[in-house]
Amino acid sequence: MIEVKNLIKEFEGRIVLNNINAEFEKGKVNMIIGKSGSGKTVLLKCLIGLVQPTSGDILYEKESIIGMKASEMNRLRRDMGMLFQGSALFDSKTVLENVMFPLDMFSRMSRRERRKRAEFCLERVNLAEAHNLYPSEISGGMMKRVAIARAIALNPKYLFCDEPNSGLDPKTSQLIDELIADITAEYGMTTIVISHDMNSVINIGDNIIFLNEGIKEWVGGRDEVMYTTNDKLNDFVFASDLFKKIKEADDAITMRESAKA
Amino acid sequence: MSLTIRSLESVGEYALLMNRVFSVPDRMRVFLKEFSKEVYKLGVNSIWIVSIISFFIGAVTVMQISLSIDSPLLPRFTVGFVSREIILLEFSSTIMCLILAGKVGSNIASEIGSMRITEQIDALEIMGVNSANYLIFPKITAFVVFMPVLVIFSMFVGLMGGYIICLVLGTPSVDTYIYGIQAFFRALFVWNSIAKSMIFGFIIASVSAFYGYNAKGGALEVGQASTNSVVTNSILILAANLLFTQTTMG
Repeated sequence: MIEVKNLIKEFEGRIVLNNINAEFEKGKVNMIIGKSGSGKTVLLKCLIGLVQPTSGDILYEKESIIGMKASEMNRLRRDMGMLFQGSALFDSKTVLENVMFPLDMFSRMSRRERRKRAEFCLERVNLAEAHNLYPSEISGGMMKRVAIARAIALNPKYLFCDEPNSGLDPKTSQLIDELIADITAEYGMTTIVISHDMNSVINIGDNIIFLNEGIKEWVGGRDEVMYTTNDKLNDFVFASDLFKKIKEADDAITMRESAKA
Repeated sequence: MSLTIRSLESVGEYALLMNRVFSVPDRMRVFLKEFSKEVYKLGVNSIWIVSIISFFIGAVTVMQISLSIDSPLLPRFTVGFVSREIILLEFSSTIMCLILAGKVGSNIASEIGSMRITEQIDALEIMGVNSANYLIFPKITAFVVFMPVLVIFSMFVGLMGGYIICLVLGTPSVDTYIYGIQAFFRALFVWNSIAKSMIFGFIIASVSAFYGYNAKGGALEVGQASTNSVVTNSILILAANLLFTQTTMG
C-alpha cells in the first residue's frame, strides 16, 4: 500500500498540489483523474521519487521515501514498474531486449532464464510473435503492451501508468485497460493509473481520486463516479457528449420507473 | 540571469553529472556490451571520414608548402619535414578532433537528447538504473580509448596523401619527400598528439552528453542541444590545445 500524507508541491511559489491525502490499495487499480494541469502527473512524479515534494510525506508499506538515500531509493525502484504515456521503449533495442533489460540489470538469472522470463512476459501480453522487431516497427498499442511486459518483468509490487490509453483507438484502449486490471489482480500489485479517459475509469477504476487545480476534490469507486453530486467532477465526467447522453437516458429510465411505481 | 552566472551554473551541473557518470557500473557485463557497441559506433564508423579528410589535407599541405618554399636557401626535403610536423602536431589531433566534434559530438547529443524527450531516461531512472553511468560512461571510455587509433590512422593517411601528390606531381621527388618526413623525427611529438587527442576525446564525449542529457522540450531543443554541443566543444578544444601545448612544449 502507498499512503500520501499532507502532500504539498510548489513550483516557484505556485502551488501545484495542495495538501493531498490519499491511500492507494494493494491488488486494486487506483486511478487519479482530472483535467490537464490539475496536478496528476506531478503527483505521480512525487510518488515515484522523480520530484521532491515541498512538504508532506509518502509512505511505501509504512516506510517514508522522503529524504531516502539514493541507494535505498534505487532498491525500492526495482519493485516499481512504470508504463509511460509514450511507452518509452529503448529505440536501439528489439522488443525482446527491451523486456530483458531490467532482468539484465538486476536479476541473478542466467541468460537462458532471463530470456525465458522475457518471453513469458511477452506471451502474457499476447506479443510472442514480435520478439525481434524494433519499437519503430510496431504499432502504438503493441508498444504499450511491450512496455507493460517490461514493467512486470521483475515482478514489481507497484505499477504506475501515465495515461496508458493516450493515442490509442477505443478497442486497443480497452485491451490495455483489461491487461492492466488482470495483471494487477494476478500479481497483487498496487497499481496507480493516471487518466482522463472516462471509459478507462468506468472499466477498471477500483478507487478513484479526482484532482482539480491541485486539490483532492473527490474520492470514490467507479459505481459512484457517474452519480456524484460534486459539480466539478460532474463537469469533468460529463464533458463528453456520449457520457452526457448515457446519463440523460439513465435519468429518464429512473424517472419512468419511479412514475410507474 | 547574467551570462557569467549561467556559465558557472552549467559548470556545476556538468561536474555533478560527471560525478554520476564516473561510478562503478551496475553490471560489468552490460557495460562491456555497451562499450563495444560504442567503440564501433563512435570510433570504427569515424574511420572513413578521418581517412578522406586526412588524405586530402595531407595532399594539399604538401602541394601548398611545395609551392611556397622555392627559396634556394631551403632544401627541398623541407616540404616533407614541415608537412610531417603540421600533420603530427596539429592536424591529426586538433583539427581532426574539431571535425569529430561535429560528427561524434552531434551524434551523442542528439541520441541522448532524444532519449530524454521521449522519457527513455526517466524509464531508466524508474528502474533504479544510474542513467548517466549507463548511457554516458561507455561513450566516454569507448571514444577516449579509440582516439589513439584514429589519430595514428589520420597521421598515416595524411602522410600517404602527401606521398601520392609527390608521386603525381614529382615536386618534390618521392625520395626527397620520404627523406623529409623522416628528418629530425621526434617520437615525443606522436605521443604528445595522442595524449592531446585523448583529452579532446573526453571533452567531445562528455560535453555532448551533458547537452543531450539536459535537453528539455521537443525535437527543436534536441537540435539546439546538438548545435550548442558542437560550438562549445570547438571552443573548449581550441582552448585546451593552447593550454596543453604551452604546458608540454612551452
